[in-house]
Amino acid sequence: MTTRLFGEPVQRQEDPRLLSGQGRYLDDLGHDALAAAFVRSPHAHARVLDVDVTEALEVDGLVAVYTYEDLEGRVGERLPLLIPHPSLTEPRTAYALARDEVNHVGEAVVMVVARDRYVAEDACDRIRVAYEPLPPVVGVAAARAADRLVHGDVPGNVAAHLVEEVGDARAAIAAAPHVLELDLQVERSASMPMEGRGVYARWDADDRSLRVYSSTQASTSVRAALAAKLGLPLDRVEVIAPDVGGGFGVKIVHPWPEEILVPWAALRLGQEVKWVEDRREHFVASAHERGQLQQVRVGFDDDGRLLGLDVAFWHDNGAYTPYGVIVPIITATQLLGPYKPGAYRCEWWSLYTNTVIVTPYRGAGRPQGVYAMERTMDAIADELGLDRAEVRAGNFIQPEEMPYDQGLLFQDGRPLVYDSGDYPAGLEKLKGLVGWDDFETTRERARAEGRRVGIGLACYVEGTGVGPYEGGWVKVETDGSVVVATGLTTQGQGHQTAFAQIVAAELGVPIERVTVTTGDTRRFRYSVGTFASRAAVMSGNAVGAAARKVRHKALRIAGEALEADPRDLEVVDGEVRVKGVPSASIPLATVAVLSNPLRYAFDEQAKLATQFAGTADLSRPPVPEGEEPGLEATGYYSPPRSTFASGMHAVVVETDPETAEIRVLRYCVVHDCGTLVNPMIVEGQVHGGVAQGVGGALYERMAYDESGQLLNASYMDFLMPYSTEVPHIETDHLETPSPLNPLGIKGAGEAGVIPGMAVFAAAIEDAEGFRISRMPISPSELHDLRLRHAAGEVPPLRRHLRHHDDQEDSG
Amino acid sequence: MSEGAPVNAPETLHEVTLVVNGVRRSGSVPARRTLSDFLRHDLRLTGTHVGCEHGVCGACTVLLEGEPVRSCLLLAVTVDGAEVTTVEGCCRGDGSLGAVQQAFQECHGLQCGFCTPGFVTTITAYLRDHPDPDEPAAREAIAGNLCRCTGYQNIVASVLRAAELRRREGA
Repeated sequence: MTTRLFGEPVQRQEDPRLLSGQGRYLDDLGHDALAAAFVRSPHAHARVLDVDVTEALEVDGLVAVYTYEDLEGRVGERLPLLIPHPSLTEPRTAYALARDEVNHVGEAVVMVVARDRYVAEDACDRIRVAYEPLPPVVGVAAARAADRLVHGDVPGNVAAHLVEEVGDARAAIAAAPHVLELDLQVERSASMPMEGRGVYARWDADDRSLRVYSSTQASTSVRAALAAKLGLPLDRVEVIAPDVGGGFGVKIVHPWPEEILVPWAALRLGQEVKWVEDRREHFVASAHERGQLQQVRVGFDDDGRLLGLDVAFWHDNGAYTPYGVIVPIITATQLLGPYKPGAYRCEWWSLYTNTVIVTPYRGAGRPQGVYAMERTMDAIADELGLDRAEVRAGNFIQPEEMPYDQGLLFQDGRPLVYDSGDYPAGLEKLKGLVGWDDFETTRERARAEGRRVGIGLACYVEGTGVGPYEGGWVKVETDGSVVVATGLTTQGQGHQTAFAQIVAAELGVPIERVTVTTGDTRRFRYSVGTFASRAAVMSGNAVGAAARKVRHKALRIAGEALEADPRDLEVVDGEVRVKGVPSASIPLATVAVLSNPLRYAFDEQAKLATQFAGTADLSRPPVPEGEEPGLEATGYYSPPRSTFASGMHAVVVETDPETAEIRVLRYCVVHDCGTLVNPMIVEGQVHGGVAQGVGGALYERMAYDESGQLLNASYMDFLMPYSTEVPHIETDHLETPSPLNPLGIKGAGEAGVIPGMAVFAAAIEDAEGFRISRMPISPSELHDLRLRHAAGEVPPLRRHLRHHDDQEDSG
Repeated sequence: MSEGAPVNAPETLHEVTLVVNGVRRSGSVPARRTLSDFLRHDLRLTGTHVGCEHGVCGACTVLLEGEPVRSCLLLAVTVDGAEVTTVEGCCRGDGSLGAVQQAFQECHGLQCGFCTPGFVTTITAYLRDHPDPDEPAAREAIAGNLCRCTGYQNIVASVLRAAELRRREGA
């Protein structure tokens, strides 16, 4: 049997189950449960005047109808503000069911419970809600103008406002030899996991306990929220994230209205209740991200070195702020990327709009920050006539300057200090991979064929593995198998495999013997959740710590059995043996038996641990002081601060001179997430991120009309990339281990998406010869820009002018 | 007020019989029951997933008389008597992974696994008709299915690897 471990591209343990149709996703459970459905607001902004359910009551199979008036106790209170922040002076959260006002299309107003979903929707159709429409605020610009208010008591629609400054950026810019200003815009997109949200609740009246399955990224916190809302003791509530069909951030939000209402109804009715979100609901009732307006002023020297950077941005937070202001905080801090900004000032406003709430989507504010910074780098290079890669290299933090303190507070409330990274090496790798220095030849060849091509690059630094902590539990069973549990959840990242690799390596057992459970509060109760590229860093190190404890305990017990010094022992393939004397050994399975002194022999193995077996040391109690029975241990990892992964992407695009279609010719990635646990899984994460980056740059946007209706709330109209839209991705890795954790890991989950908008804007701009400042960009928008460029409304890039001058000179 | 059929009367049920993965299966369902709901909730074959309910994402793809169809767009009563293959039926007789499924594992062609059943069924039918695709053809073959996790690169590789495994088995 081969023991393939840490750092190897081990095939995933979860795959046979998922591939053969044996996965257990939310809607695969509870076939006999009652079904919930919701009447949702058709208005972006309105007062709720009356709810008439009379007609619905006739529907055969209807079980219950609930409006706000029916909600009891804390269920009727506003949803919690999950992450308070001093800048968030006007937080507003929704009620589980609208009380007297709705603030976005899709807000839940009535819950129906019925025999099945078909019947529940029949009943929804027969409920009449009377609204008094109010003028909606749609889009960041309208929110900023504040001619109308989303919440009447929130002046200027400003939920939060923050100014952060390191040095005197405005003075530095005033004194700089060169100054540029950029106006930038990013539109809304969304996580869009293939499986929407879903909740299934079972109340056990005999046991007085509640079991809830939720397609969530944070089962422990859902549990705590449910216990609080429903007034149940915490130990009477268990929450399980079953197989989850993708998350990408949206499922970190909790408790959703439905996540409270479904268990509440199950408890009231004494019957199982389930709600599975449909696709339209996911568009209008979950969460979006990305929408920002940005203004950049930058001062720099003749070599393109930053002297001062002054950024202002207006962030669209949608109708409510249950997740606080994490996204703009991340934009403001991660904007700095691998660069030394000189003096830095960032001022931002988080604004209410009558649209779906905004909470982290993979990248979580970083794509916007990187977009602002990388657009700025490209503008500087163009202004000075310098190579874009050179300008970036001139501003890089150098490896020998690590750890590097950016002087700000990061999203975890801790200093923004980069722990390690080698940006110059990354750039060299990327330039080599994409053929940066030879691109002019490619361009000329294309031009000779009447084709238009462009190249762009973009760099990012990503704070990953944020605290506060994760834990892990490892146990060797008496048959030698190893069970592992950690509290955070899984949405396709291959945790069952990656954590098994770590435990198998620490413990010296074949990976095939290790089984991992995640996101089940019955198995591990303390956890934060899966977000911010933190799972491998946090739970990886936690299960590693637990496995090391188990190993030490195994060596101690085996030392007694083998009459050897534990320091002379090793564990190989599940056997504890004396180093150099393979014959002197004892299986871990036997050690597990000995670790738990028994009175009763329930099987052959167990006889070894019973009182007359002759294995006990009679000079001390069966379980010595300070020890615990069982070959198991719990470990925690709590980092001093985040660890900073990095990377850079380059893309070569071709733009059709007639149709303005944008085609990707090459996409190259250099990625550094520290020590790799499983390179196959990391590469897969990068691929998936890049695909979402392509979508965010070229296709995906939330098309709200002026009345706040989402016009493209379906997969027909919201354009997610198919295989034909995602290019072949060429990847190369750097491994700069993190000094902050024992395994040297940095996070990898979000990386691929982060520089997407920035790198495409750069390449399209390079192909076209005029500045791109608004993303995503469609062929018709590019065509429109061309017309405006031809009309003199959009100025050319300077290098484009220079190129024309050169051609005229040589001609 | 709605003037449609009375909703306060129990729905009329219809007997539907299918041969699913080689086994005769029956159920009594309302006329509006989708094939995907029939397979998932009546026959309890939950490998078939529903991602969009409007025929775009392809997660619910099953083979109807051998051809890929979107089971969320079909009513169970309209396919009474038909032969249906789901992802569960793409396994070998002994329950182990079939060639397409094995290729997905080897090539890391899945992450969350939610869209995967639709890819497996689609590719199974494709390779039956096109046993030796090149890379562009493999990419085109899966261009009707959405995946939000993988970026498709490893799914394309899975198609090519599955073709290789099938050829080897055939040889």
